Amino acid sequence: MKNIFRKTAVTALSLVVAAGLFAGCGSDKKDAGTASPQKVEGKVAASGSTALLPLLKAGQEEFYKKHDKVTINLSGGGSFTGQKQVASGAVDIGNSDVALADDLKDKGLVETKLVGIPFVFITNKDVAVENLSAGQYVDIMTGKIRNWKEVGGKDQKITIVHRSKSSGSRATIAQVVLKGAQFTDDAIIQDSNGSVRSAIATTPGAIGYVDAAYVDGTVKALSFDGVKYSIAAVIDGKYPVYTFGRMFTKGEPKGAVKAFVDYVTSSEFQEKHAEQKGFVPVTKMKK
Amino acid sequence: MRKYDLDRIRNESLARKVLLVSAGFLTFIIIALVFFIGQQGLRTFLDVSPLEFFFSAKWSPDTENYGALSFIVGSLLVTFLSIAVGGPVGIAAAVFMAKLAPKWMLEIMKPAVNLYMAIPSVVYGFIGLTVVVPFVREFFGVAGGFGIFTASLILSIMILPTVISISTDALLAVPSMQEEGSYALGATYWQTIWHIVLPAAKPGIVTAVILGMARAIGETMAVQMVIGNTPRLATSLFSPTSTLPSEIVVEMGNTPFGSTWGNSLFLMALILLLISLGMILTVRRIGAKKAVEA
Repeated sequence: MKNIFRKTAVTALSLVVAAGLFAGCGSDKKDAGTASPQKVEGKVAASGSTALLPLLKAGQEEFYKKHDKVTINLSGGGSFTGQKQVASGAVDIGNSDVALADDLKDKGLVETKLVGIPFVFITNKDVAVENLSAGQYVDIMTGKIRNWKEVGGKDQKITIVHRSKSSGSRATIAQVVLKGAQFTDDAIIQDSNGSVRSAIATTPGAIGYVDAAYVDGTVKALSFDGVKYSIAAVIDGKYPVYTFGRMFTKGEPKGAVKAFVDYVTSSEFQEKHAEQKGFVPVTKMKK
Repeated sequence: MRKYDLDRIRNESLARKVLLVSAGFLTFIIIALVFFIGQQGLRTFLDVSPLEFFFSAKWSPDTENYGALSFIVGSLLVTFLSIAVGGPVGIAAAVFMAKLAPKWMLEIMKPAVNLYMAIPSVVYGFIGLTVVVPFVREFFGVAGGFGIFTASLILSIMILPTVISISTDALLAVPSMQEEGSYALGATYWQTIWHIVLPAAKPGIVTAVILGMARAIGETMAVQMVIGNTPRLATSLFSPTSTLPSEIVVEMGNTPFGSTWGNSLFLMALILLLISLGMILTVRRIGAKKAVEA
């Protein structure tokens, strides 16, 4: 009985050791890949923004068709987690939909823009307003304007529904639209794009913002400074409410990591998948 | 023969070791959990004064304001409101089930209550968001419909199975001799329940209420979906606010681990853990007292 116990333990232990060795080998190969660009092999680990995951998953599948010797691990965790993990070397690529955090700026991270992420302000369908100016958005989001009649709508209380203080979407709106002004705390907070949309759809007089991909028939999309959201408007630079999905690498990407980054930022991949997933192809954008 | 005995002794000592290791492992996990949350949470006080954390309601990590008062107050408010509604209703239902219901009805109701306990909280939250929130908005004529009242209403329903099943057991355990004595003295049905049965079952009912409160204060998903998660002190029954668990779940995902912000979320988890632990200890004391009296 004891013997069996011991044997199992020994087997388990040797399996763990073998797995460890195997994993070690994998990461060594990554650098070897640089020698001949034709045959990339190795492992790529990426983590971070969950908003970018669907696009990168598509990228992974297409990439495998060309490079069958590369293994790509994609995981979520959020933009800040991605930035932290790539800075500490836990992953090769940190995906983020917000700019690099201040305390990571000296870590030698290199940013590659992956895709444009547009945001759209949406309201409940009973709101009679079609367009707001940038200044009106700021006044509403900071709590200065509290009734729709002040911006040309009917006499109805404005209910703000948006994301939590740790959300990347909120950070983007704070930066692009509010330009430093503080959001009012008098708001309903939901924890994802989907629940923001459904709360707005069911709450009269509600306003908020979501990733453009989440706009559907249950809510009303507002124009920004007279410009209606469309991918073309973002490409032309007329619609300003967007940010970039970015991939951070420690130093310039190389080997299999470079091959993957190059592939997902190529116009071939971008034009096929970005728009379909609700993003703006970075290859078409001016900046 | 001797070989067989030896094997048996060996098996027995092995089994004992396995049990010991399992129990030890369980204890270790609990202690490690408390230690980890405590260690991470208490680090908040390196950057934030306890005075600010507990007595300020200004929660604004961008500007280094970490006042958690509104979450603590929010948690306590929804817990007490939900037990104020759910407690009496649950106890009344338990009295009915234990003393009045015909046997066939009891046989349907008991499994029904247990089934009730198995409903995932996200289902309550979803019904809350799509049915109760619009109802509260229309019925009370308030903007939004998210807030303390809606959350308490849903919680009071969610804690019912806990309150009902534990109270029913307590009521069923009251010796029938006491009841019969009461009837023999000419007491009515109602007098017997009010003056004899309920006082006799009191420790069990108090336990039921406390466990119901523990369930309410820790509930995350359903509350998060209907309370509004606004980091502000509640000013009325219908104002949206936040609770400790709802704030943790909304912000934890994207908050960097190890930052003051992340640590203060751990501190909230620690507070929650200590409150629940306190409740469980109270229940244990009640149980111990009951055992002494018996």
